[in-house]
Amino acid sequence: MTSKKLNMKEKYSLLTRDLEWEYSYRDYEEIFKQESFEGIKITDWSKWEDPFRLTMDSYWKYQAEKEKKLYAIFDAFAQNNGQQNVTDARYVNAIKLFLTGVSPLEYQAYNGFAHTGRQFGGVGARVACQMQALDELRHVQTQIHAMSHYNKHFDGFQDFPHMHDRVWYLSVPKSFFDDARSAGPFEFMVAIGFSFEYVLTNLLFVPFMSGAAYNGDMATVTFGFSAQSDEARHMTLGLEIIKFLLEQHPDNVPIVQRWINKWLWRGYRVLTLVAMMMDYMLPNKVMSWQESFEVYFEEAATSLFKDLARYGIEMPDYAADAIAEKEHLSHQAWSIFYNYGHAAAFHTWMPTDQEMDWLSEKYPNTFDKYYRPRYEKWREMEEAGERFYNPTLPMLCQTCQIPMGFTDMENPTMTSYRQSVYDGERYNFCSNGCKDIFDYEPEKYVQAWLPVHQIYQGNCGGAEMEDVLGEYYRINLGTDNLDFHGSPDEARWNAWHNLQPAEDKLKKAS
Amino acid sequence: MSKVYIALQDNEESHYIVEAIEEDNPDVTVIYQPAMIRIECEGHLVIKRETVEEKMGRDWEIPALHVNLITLGGNVDEDDDQISLTWNN
Amino acid sequence: MSIEIKTSTLEPIRHTFEHTKRRFGDKPASRYQEASYDIAPEKNFHYRPMWQPDKLLNDSSRTAIVMEDWYAYRDPRQYYYGTYVQARAKLQEVTESNYAFFDKRGFADRMSDEVKAKIIRCLVPLRHMELGANMNNVLCCAYGTSTVLTQAFLYNGMDRLGIAQYLSRIGLLLDGNSTDGLAKAKEHWMTDSAWQGLRRYTENTLVVEDWFEVFIAQDVVLDTLIYDLMYRQFDEKITEEGGSDLAMLIEFMQEWHKDNSRWVDATLKSTVAESEHNKELIGRWVADWQEKAVADMAPLAEIAVGEEAVNASVEVLNKRLAKAGL
Repeated sequence: MTSKKLNMKEKYSLLTRDLEWEYSYRDYEEIFKQESFEGIKITDWSKWEDPFRLTMDSYWKYQAEKEKKLYAIFDAFAQNNGQQNVTDARYVNAIKLFLTGVSPLEYQAYNGFAHTGRQFGGVGARVACQMQALDELRHVQTQIHAMSHYNKHFDGFQDFPHMHDRVWYLSVPKSFFDDARSAGPFEFMVAIGFSFEYVLTNLLFVPFMSGAAYNGDMATVTFGFSAQSDEARHMTLGLEIIKFLLEQHPDNVPIVQRWINKWLWRGYRVLTLVAMMMDYMLPNKVMSWQESFEVYFEEAATSLFKDLARYGIEMPDYAADAIAEKEHLSHQAWSIFYNYGHAAAFHTWMPTDQEMDWLSEKYPNTFDKYYRPRYEKWREMEEAGERFYNPTLPMLCQTCQIPMGFTDMENPTMTSYRQSVYDGERYNFCSNGCKDIFDYEPEKYVQAWLPVHQIYQGNCGGAEMEDVLGEYYRINLGTDNLDFHGSPDEARWNAWHNLQPAEDKLKKAS
Repeated sequence: MSKVYIALQDNEESHYIVEAIEEDNPDVTVIYQPAMIRIECEGHLVIKRETVEEKMGRDWEIPALHVNLITLGGNVDEDDDQISLTWNN
Repeated sequence: MSIEIKTSTLEPIRHTFEHTKRRFGDKPASRYQEASYDIAPEKNFHYRPMWQPDKLLNDSSRTAIVMEDWYAYRDPRQYYYGTYVQARAKLQEVTESNYAFFDKRGFADRMSDEVKAKIIRCLVPLRHMELGANMNNVLCCAYGTSTVLTQAFLYNGMDRLGIAQYLSRIGLLLDGNSTDGLAKAKEHWMTDSAWQGLRRYTENTLVVEDWFEVFIAQDVVLDTLIYDLMYRQFDEKITEEGGSDLAMLIEFMQEWHKDNSRWVDATLKSTVAESEHNKELIGRWVADWQEKAVADMAPLAEIAVGEEAVNASVEVLNKRLAKAGL
């Protein structure tokens, strides 16, 4: 008997889609309880186009190959003390922020895709989500393993899951993902699968990993690129879910448009941390935040939304607000962290002369005009032994939870400030996007666990900042935080490379 | 016409894939960046199994592309013999 | 004695992360430990899930089982993602060559039509049941507590999808990819009285909300019975009837079941040992689901193997439960 040849599509369909059956002992609605409450109308799951056709045997085979390569490099990195080969110890603070702020999001994605991987009524969509859940678990675990060696030689990595649940600036990424996971399964897919994975994730990973490569960080670049190799699958899933929802029913279009508006803004705000990493925390620069924003957001999103126009989907209004901020965002974010350098679990510093010149060149319209004078003042204070730390607690945006430090783009010296009143209480926002998100679902956003409010209410270990930072956050005061100059990280780095401490240089110079 | 793009890790295997892409898509732009290679093309880009196999001198399956893939932009269509990216605008 | 030569400046300042140190002491932790313990979010969730407003996003009250420490478990295989996919890739490679060999040598032609029809009727419909097992284990992953458990549930869930795909390939191999075999197998699953009990059982598990009960109904009770019936007893029976080549197509399932059982047993044992409350609750669930499963599988067991088959599988289950302290 000669076998008929099945092509990839037919074979995948038989091996996956055909496993489904029509339930008769139980109702469909009992098995998939969450499919209708968001108002999304699914008329026919069989119209789902599988975004990639990977059966489990191929999945195991290719993923094992990737893992084998990856762990060989981790072993070599640790054996050769690769941490000595990064450009400069300041760089390591970028990956501290990554492990405390981003890796736990991979974990949340693992939870979230497992949830949708059970809840969708279509087997094709379910299986695609399950594979992504498994990939996301891979990402958090490989990141922990990549950072494990850095943790043995630098401060600030050691308590990352504990910190992620508590520390003020980490509530920005945490609340973002909590928001997506607490939404219904379709909104989760638009939030994470489409808005984050398809539109924004390139801004997180690609420039950052190129940056790691350019700064001698073999461990990070390896996990980063290895994770990205799964990302292409995730992006395809994100685009498929959008097309599927839009094709299923015209009533889905306005719902999906609202979700896209919301989630692109919400995700973009989280990327504030990345903007600052790129412009300030990479000693060897690859490209500026503005440049990567133009390539990976403006250019890529324009192509994408042109493609989605046939469904009646438009570029979100807030895209213009994000574009208007591109010359300011990283500088304002770094200023916030420099101000609160005593309350963060990583080190901050003022850029060197050379770095300031690079920023002037990359940001000709804004850097010298608004930011250089401020930085020079702070540097003078530091040299006079009075490094500036802001002792007050900042007011946070009720939606994105970033301290209210962004300015009005029409008038970049004025803080941008919006308000809403709900149920007799006043709430503050950093932007139109954040205010609108709140106004549409106030009953959700009033629940936010705002770190500053929680401190005032006495829920974070006590009234004294030392109790909050030391006991509750478990930041080792004077070790994990404060300026890079004078830190134990710096001292160890200098010892490895027989360098003089910066203070000695300063003393000699004066 | 919008640009579709694909980025690969800069390594031995990718070099063969890039060679194959250049042969099958004469209008591509290949950009070398730290540790990665970005390939862009107006509207459409295709990677053919046969061409990659010829460049590598051995069997190669389309799913193996994912091992070196960093990112892509465009609508994906994949079968046994090729994978393509398209923007319909 | 171990001697470590230290260089003064490159000496590590700590051996592992604080959370692994708190749990396992101040020494280098294994990759399994660093990737599995205390990494799930636990506190300060910002919003209530709109799909279940009475619970937190991660909430251990999604089961009636109570554990003082949900990280009291340990996967005896120490699977984290990397070790998991590498173990499966190894098994997959052997399986792939078995399937290719079976196909190339035309072993399907050596089987009689009766044997083929029996495999299509008794074995291949399991592909649908495996999809149910996939959904059930993914549910346990999504709503369970602690990464040591949830990751193992996801590995199990994906394994079941893989097994459903191998079973489908058996269907295709037997009829030269005509797909008739799969269509017939599905018809058996949907209408054949031999299968209706098991389909009802599967559909009933899909509406259970307590994830630990799902684990009991699926991984402990049903899997133990069905894997013994089909991959041990049916394998022997079909060999007697001239279908010995099937063995090379189900080796994956046999090896997988051995591997997975180590984790199921360990999980069950730790939970039962935790408290009388857990023991009593699990005992009730087991009794309840076992009674249904035994009745529901009896018609299939009889045509696949014979009258005594169910009792033999029940004996295997009882041994297993006794080992776990039930």
